[in-house]
Amino acid sequence: MPEIRNYTLNFGPQHPSAHGVLRLVLEMDGEVIERSDPHVGLLHRGTEKLAETKPYNQNIPYMDRLDYVSMMQNEHAYVLAVEKLLGIEAPERAQYIRTMFDEITRILNHMMWLGTHALDIGAMTVFLYCFREREDLMDCYEAVSGARMHAAYYRVGGVYRDLPDEMPRFAASDLKRDKSELDRLNGNRQGSLLDFIEDFTDRFPGCVDEYEILLTENRIWKQRTVGIGVVTADRAKALGFTGPMLRGSGVEWDLRKKQPYAAYDKIDFDIPVGLNGDCYDRYLVRIEEMRQSNHIIRQCVDWLRKNPGPVMVENHKIAPPKRAAMKSDMEGLIHHFKLFSEGYCTPPGEVYAAVEASKGEFGVYIISDGANKPYRLKLRAPGFAHLMAMDEMAKGHMLADVVALIGTMDVVFGEIDR
Amino acid sequence: MSATTIKTTPEQRLAKLADALDTTFNKKGCTVEQAFGEITLTVPRERLLEISFELYGSASAFSFEQLIDLCGVDYSTYGQVEWETSSASLTGFGRGVDRSSEINTETADRFAVVYHLLSIEDNVRVRVKTYLDSEHPMVESVIPVWPVADWFEREAFDLYGILFEGHPDLRRILTDYGFVGHPFRKDFPLSGHVEMRYDPEKRRVIYEPVSIEPRTLVPRVIRSDNRYMNEESN
Repeated sequence: MPEIRNYTLNFGPQHPSAHGVLRLVLEMDGEVIERSDPHVGLLHRGTEKLAETKPYNQNIPYMDRLDYVSMMQNEHAYVLAVEKLLGIEAPERAQYIRTMFDEITRILNHMMWLGTHALDIGAMTVFLYCFREREDLMDCYEAVSGARMHAAYYRVGGVYRDLPDEMPRFAASDLKRDKSELDRLNGNRQGSLLDFIEDFTDRFPGCVDEYEILLTENRIWKQRTVGIGVVTADRAKALGFTGPMLRGSGVEWDLRKKQPYAAYDKIDFDIPVGLNGDCYDRYLVRIEEMRQSNHIIRQCVDWLRKNPGPVMVENHKIAPPKRAAMKSDMEGLIHHFKLFSEGYCTPPGEVYAAVEASKGEFGVYIISDGANKPYRLKLRAPGFAHLMAMDEMAKGHMLADVVALIGTMDVVFGEIDR
Repeated sequence: MSATTIKTTPEQRLAKLADALDTTFNKKGCTVEQAFGEITLTVPRERLLEISFELYGSASAFSFEQLIDLCGVDYSTYGQVEWETSSASLTGFGRGVDRSSEINTETADRFAVVYHLLSIEDNVRVRVKTYLDSEHPMVESVIPVWPVADWFEREAFDLYGILFEGHPDLRRILTDYGFVGHPFRKDFPLSGHVEMRYDPEKRRVIYEPVSIEPRTLVPRVIRSDNRYMNEESN
């Protein structure tokens, strides 16, 4: 009789479906997973320790590099925590801009998730479609902050600057020499950034329909996701799930509704929830979230058109003065110098601020001893708790389903390893 | 319960919770503190697990069914500054930085473990905190209450060397295989102790003592004058 052995299989850290640097040590019984042990930390940079040596404002760019597909939401949590410490609140227009960019970020994140998740399970086309639309939103990031990804746009007390009146256009280059081609590309870039975003919100529901035509009723897609990685509502709470992972299991919990921040309490949207808690339900939840995000963005665009105003607090101990004031006014110069050399001190105490990031609850816990740098900064990454459940979710599934699980968890190692 | 949460404001829920926590846990040596619209419950470390079970709500008025976050803190340099702001310094900006201040690692309450709990049913949060001494930084694991504590406790062990009694698998999690030390402790330098490179002669990766000079770009200062924070902008 042949001997039957359990195999230990190393998955990653350099595997295309490992979404970065995940190393999984899998104990297999044939093709069935007996135990899985994720090894994380290959992308550990010590962000929290680094933050202890930097003034508050200089830590904002670190936040972009945590969950590097939903950049501005991370900034939002950090900025909210510092604002809570200081006891200030951003002007209303800044709140709406933040809301709008949080949702743009959510679409960016969910499209990245959808594209790679589908690619892992074998659907190539969705990936190309998703990245086509992502490009437009990246341009919004660039128009507003100058960077396509690591924006550092949210600041303590508001946002870095108001939305631009002009959307950057494509110029003729070696690759784009054709006049008609250029006109086509620049067609929706003739107006302001808000015009461009509005045009996007008109097109986007149709794009989501396209993804859904490719996947929702697709037999192969359903075979790979229905009934895979089922988590009950009680178990999801115990495992620390948040965001779409929790809602996919049927728990109606969304910080944007339950503990609203920014302008979410003034905006109309719905929270989708799943029924069965499997990969397919989580897929449906995220698809509906994209539609809801689009709806939120549209409301923000309408509000922002009608309500001009400041986007930053006027307190120059916290926000830099205008460039012109700095050149002509002694006090402006002093404020500018102090702010960019030493920064500002916060009152001592500890705060926790959380936002509903695309992946779940992204929280920032700051302990301050009254200095110009945080004494301790702890980042609560949703993916950390989700990946922890890998062992439980993968038990009894096939090896190929592990890939579906990694996809459905939407793991990004920037935030898990910090 | 969930029907009532919609009608109550966050402040009402917070006040109600603070009262409930105070009456339930005051006799067990806990203190309840409210600041920045958040509640901190400080718990003696011997009773952490017992109080966690009560907060989880198996047989009590509380229902904190989710552990959102767990982290370690090292308080050994709390309140220390690198630059005097109250008196005039004779030295320039860069030379004035004082990095030599002693780190007292023997304080009684050097470490803390901080738990952030969330009640989905009541829509409230609470922060539970327990202090540990530097000699035996050990506390009971809360995995029996919240299974999610598993990796978070491994992280606190890895970064701070805090031990969790009863944890089934207390391995390092974020640092490298074979890493020595607990990097988030305040006496661990930011640049670390070793650096690695590929040695072409030995044809393998080698570790060497770190060659980076520690430096401070922006000194750490504490300005007690926070009057402007509450003032209207001027």
